[in-house]
Amino acid sequence: MMMAMLLDGSLVLLILVVAVWTVAVHDSFAAVVGYTVYGLLLALAWVRLAAVDAALTEAAIGGGLTGVLLIRAAVRLRRTEAVSRAETPGPLFRAMAALVAASIAAALAVVVLSLPEPGPTLAPYVAQHIATTGLGNAVTAVLLSFRAIDTLLEAVVLIFALIAVWTLTPERFWGGLPGPKYETDPNGMLAYLARLLPPIGIVVAVYVLWVGADLPGGKFQAGTLLAAMWLLAIMAGLTEAPPISSRWLRGMLVAGTGVFLVIGFAGVPLAGAFLAYPEGYAKPLIIAIEAASMASIAFTLALLVLGPPERSDRR
Amino acid sequence: MSAATLYGLCGAALVGLGLYGLLVNPQPLRKILSFNLVGSGVFLLFGVVARRGAALGMGGDPVPQALVITGIVVAFSATALAVALLLRLHDATGSATLAAPEPGAPPAA
Amino acid sequence: MSFLLDLWTIVAVSAGVFFFLAGTVGLLRFPDTLTRLHALTKADNLGLGLVVLGLLPHVSGPLAALKLVCVWLLVLLAGATASQLIARVARRAEPPA
Repeated sequence: MMMAMLLDGSLVLLILVVAVWTVAVHDSFAAVVGYTVYGLLLALAWVRLAAVDAALTEAAIGGGLTGVLLIRAAVRLRRTEAVSRAETPGPLFRAMAALVAASIAAALAVVVLSLPEPGPTLAPYVAQHIATTGLGNAVTAVLLSFRAIDTLLEAVVLIFALIAVWTLTPERFWGGLPGPKYETDPNGMLAYLARLLPPIGIVVAVYVLWVGADLPGGKFQAGTLLAAMWLLAIMAGLTEAPPISSRWLRGMLVAGTGVFLVIGFAGVPLAGAFLAYPEGYAKPLIIAIEAASMASIAFTLALLVLGPPERSDRR
Repeated sequence: MSAATLYGLCGAALVGLGLYGLLVNPQPLRKILSFNLVGSGVFLLFGVVARRGAALGMGGDPVPQALVITGIVVAFSATALAVALLLRLHDATGSATLAAPEPGAPPAA
Repeated sequence: MSFLLDLWTIVAVSAGVFFFLAGTVGLLRFPDTLTRLHALTKADNLGLGLVVLGLLPHVSGPLAALKLVCVWLLVLLAGATASQLIARVARRAEPPA
């Protein structure tokens, strides 16, 4: 009991120190590195809160992909640092901002301390009905069966975000190749890593997807791994991202949502409601949705990191 | 004070820290970072509610955990869109600032 | 028997933590990027390796033990590559006197 409190206390202290450093440090690149470290520490906090699926997602997306995204942005914005920093507000504004922030944090702390004692929970309902899904992992069952509409809408939100990023393309690059041309030494370390790691990454991703039915895992974590492997290969110059006007790419992006919608609408005649699964067929349908969604999520997340096209497709 | 309450207070502190960073840092990239801090603090509060709903052999209530996973992915896509907007602003005007341009400045490309 | 296994775990994990501590002190105290990278590799290779060795007696089966060793090998791979890339950039930025 004491050891657990010591561990939790030190972890919370470390998280807060890194967060303060991220907000306060002058150099933006250092702040981005601090944020990546903060994401990984937060993944440990999730494990301590017995939410291992959330820990995997936080480590992969919060720590990994967001870190890559922000590092690329920080490097490109490096020259505007000094000019922007000169606009730092004066001490009066800072004091008022600190007051506002502290009062909101205090209000949230009061809420946390006065949460009802036997915490209300939906776990009994989930445990009662989880047999209908054929899954062992309660979080996957909630994501893909009990709250499947949320997951469907989230897939749509991802595609909308990607379309919004693509609308920022300059006129002359419309429909072109996303991201800059990466050229590295084909015999160098990065190319070596990009040849060695993706096969391992793909196997681990498929494993995380498959085992997510009964143990922590699932399609978001697996899709993020695949996106990271593809990004590694692109950044090592081993492969090129396809032009965003290509049909197969757009097909892959909507395939996951498409399969989800088809199965959802098929549930209306077969099982009586949108996104209801017929008796006994729940698990294979869920696996089909997860597999298709994993591919779409991988492409979507990688393209979100690469950003709008920066090169024209016309030869 | 249980472990879950400790993490809840941590989440509240992170929301406050992120809000302060959002208000005070002039660089848009630092504002995006602070916004992510606020978001992860809110997710931590969800996780605390989930942990306090532990029952029947499950370590935590799975419904808030599923909401958090959805939230982390959506927060990433929002961050990606914000960064793309910022880089486009930088490419179009040559500077990455949210201050209004001086009157008489040439229009953006 | 289990007493010996617990003793092995305590000794190995403590040694691993010592190497992590040494790596962190090196990161904070060494003068330039190349020496700091050198200190960090100690934490990666030896520190994590000893911690993994210390945890091996307590895993639930040979498959889980294999997973722990794979984690260590992947960290080695990623750490070595990242160190090389950072060192190359640092070498270009601050050429040795």
